[in-house]
Amino acid sequence: MDKTVNQKAWFLVLPVLILVAFSAVIPLMTVVNYSVQDTFGNNQFFWAGLEWFEEMLNDDRLWGALGRQLMFSGIILLIQIPLGVFVALNMPKKGFWASFCLVFMSLPLLIPWNVVGTIWQVFGRVDIGLLGHTLAALGIDYNYTNDPFAAWVTIIVMDVWHWTSLVALLAYAGLQSIPDAYYQAAKIDQASRWKVFRFIELPKMMGVLMIAILLRFMDSFMIYTEPFVVTGGGPGSTTTLLSIDLVKMALGQFDLGPAAAFSIMYFLVILLISWVFYTVMTNLDKREG
Amino acid sequence: MADATTTSIPGDLTAGGTKKRVKVNGSAIVMGLYLLFLLLPIYWLLNMSLKTNTEILNSFTLWPNDLTLDNYRTILTDPSWYMGYVNSLIYVVLNTVISLAVALPAAYAFSRYHFMGDKHLFFWLLTNRMAPPAVFALPFFQLYSSVGLFDTHIAVALAHCLFNVPLAVWILEGFMRGVPKEIDETAYLDGYSFGRFFTRIFMPLISSGIGVAAFFCFMFSWVELLLSRTLTTVDAKPIAAIMTRTQGASGIDWGVLAAAGMLTIVPGALVIYFVRNYIAKGFALGRV
Repeated sequence: MDKTVNQKAWFLVLPVLILVAFSAVIPLMTVVNYSVQDTFGNNQFFWAGLEWFEEMLNDDRLWGALGRQLMFSGIILLIQIPLGVFVALNMPKKGFWASFCLVFMSLPLLIPWNVVGTIWQVFGRVDIGLLGHTLAALGIDYNYTNDPFAAWVTIIVMDVWHWTSLVALLAYAGLQSIPDAYYQAAKIDQASRWKVFRFIELPKMMGVLMIAILLRFMDSFMIYTEPFVVTGGGPGSTTTLLSIDLVKMALGQFDLGPAAAFSIMYFLVILLISWVFYTVMTNLDKREG
Repeated sequence: MADATTTSIPGDLTAGGTKKRVKVNGSAIVMGLYLLFLLLPIYWLLNMSLKTNTEILNSFTLWPNDLTLDNYRTILTDPSWYMGYVNSLIYVVLNTVISLAVALPAAYAFSRYHFMGDKHLFFWLLTNRMAPPAVFALPFFQLYSSVGLFDTHIAVALAHCLFNVPLAVWILEGFMRGVPKEIDETAYLDGYSFGRFFTRIFMPLISSGIGVAAFFCFMFSWVELLLSRTLTTVDAKPIAAIMTRTQGASGIDWGVLAAAGMLTIVPGALVIYFVRNYIAKGFALGRV
């Protein structure tokens, strides 16, 4: 749609600006403020320059958490995107069963995140949980509080359980927008199932899949509550992701300077990667018209 | 999904031979397995919530042998428990109202006009959706304490605007883009003022979009814990934070914990039921 140039439109955006300034800019400036200052208590601050940033960049703790975070986000994207698309392709197209699937698939998305954690914490326990108990009965050594591998499997399966439906619903919405004429043409050409997917369904889903990847990347990169409830970052620090580490530092140890420097770098990493996604996404939008 | 939004598939496509029928069955199996995977952990929580603690800890049973509603009774008769639900609902509703009120005009501006810095502004708004709540927990705590809003519902509602307002703008902009501009122009020619046009003509046209945006604000505010827990102590404490107190001296009260968890699922399930026909389009942020 061609838009007209109208500078007065700023007035319509003004309420959002004021609200976001209050809820985002002021807090963010506080963080910036802490990141360049040091304190000995009593609210006395003095200039520390980039000291905290240097300290954090030389700290294995940050790099460890970042590495684990990238691994976590990578793994869940690799599982959730193909699985979500696969589920969407198998969903009923309309009628009662379509609504039925939609309602039950959305259910995990609306469970408070700590309850998601609680559900899996209980579900995986060897003594009272169905999963843990069954695995133990099958003779598989599974204990997510002691074994780092089991802990990782648990938080990844939990995230797949929690969020795959989001990808599936997005892909499903993309599929719904394909006109029947396309399928009929493919049928006349006797295109194989794979070709239909590759040349009709996938291109039409590209736009929504980019949104799915963007949302899943952002949300998995700032995940806090669910793994914290299940593993508390343990065993040791094997499942300490970026947010868990940050909260530990800022609210637990009250190391304001390092925590603030950490926050800013954390935010910048997300911003950078999301900007790349966003640019790709808007370009796709433009190409489709 | 929506019977209203899908066009009917011509008969020659659905009435296939045996090959077609095999494929449909395959899909049913895939969906069955996927739904089983989704529902099993929830079933386990429901199962636990209907058991006594003795049964949970001492015998492993797939369904409650000794069915009890005591866990639910504990929660629904104790104000310190059920007020958690009330608190959560209050700030979630407040947040939804505030988010929509500011997002509607902004989304209209983004969908209809070019203005200085519009693209940068739009991306900047989105960056707030990308901001990790963990980064904001401490500054929010200090900001809201210093303006005397700490431990109030409005504080949590405003804090959640951080990620809900950008999302609402994004969704609404997608839906508004689908409304032809000629409608605006005709209305102005007919002598409608902007306010009257917006509330009388435009908003009814995108009512499904507003519904979806409201659903998402509700959803993300309802599920968030880190900020709402940091900003409250007693008066506005959300149910999700109250749940942690089942860890008493004598171990965890599993039954009550499970019952509280089940009750947090109810509002979400109700809301999903009402928007089920728009949910797929909504998750695509109106961009399908």
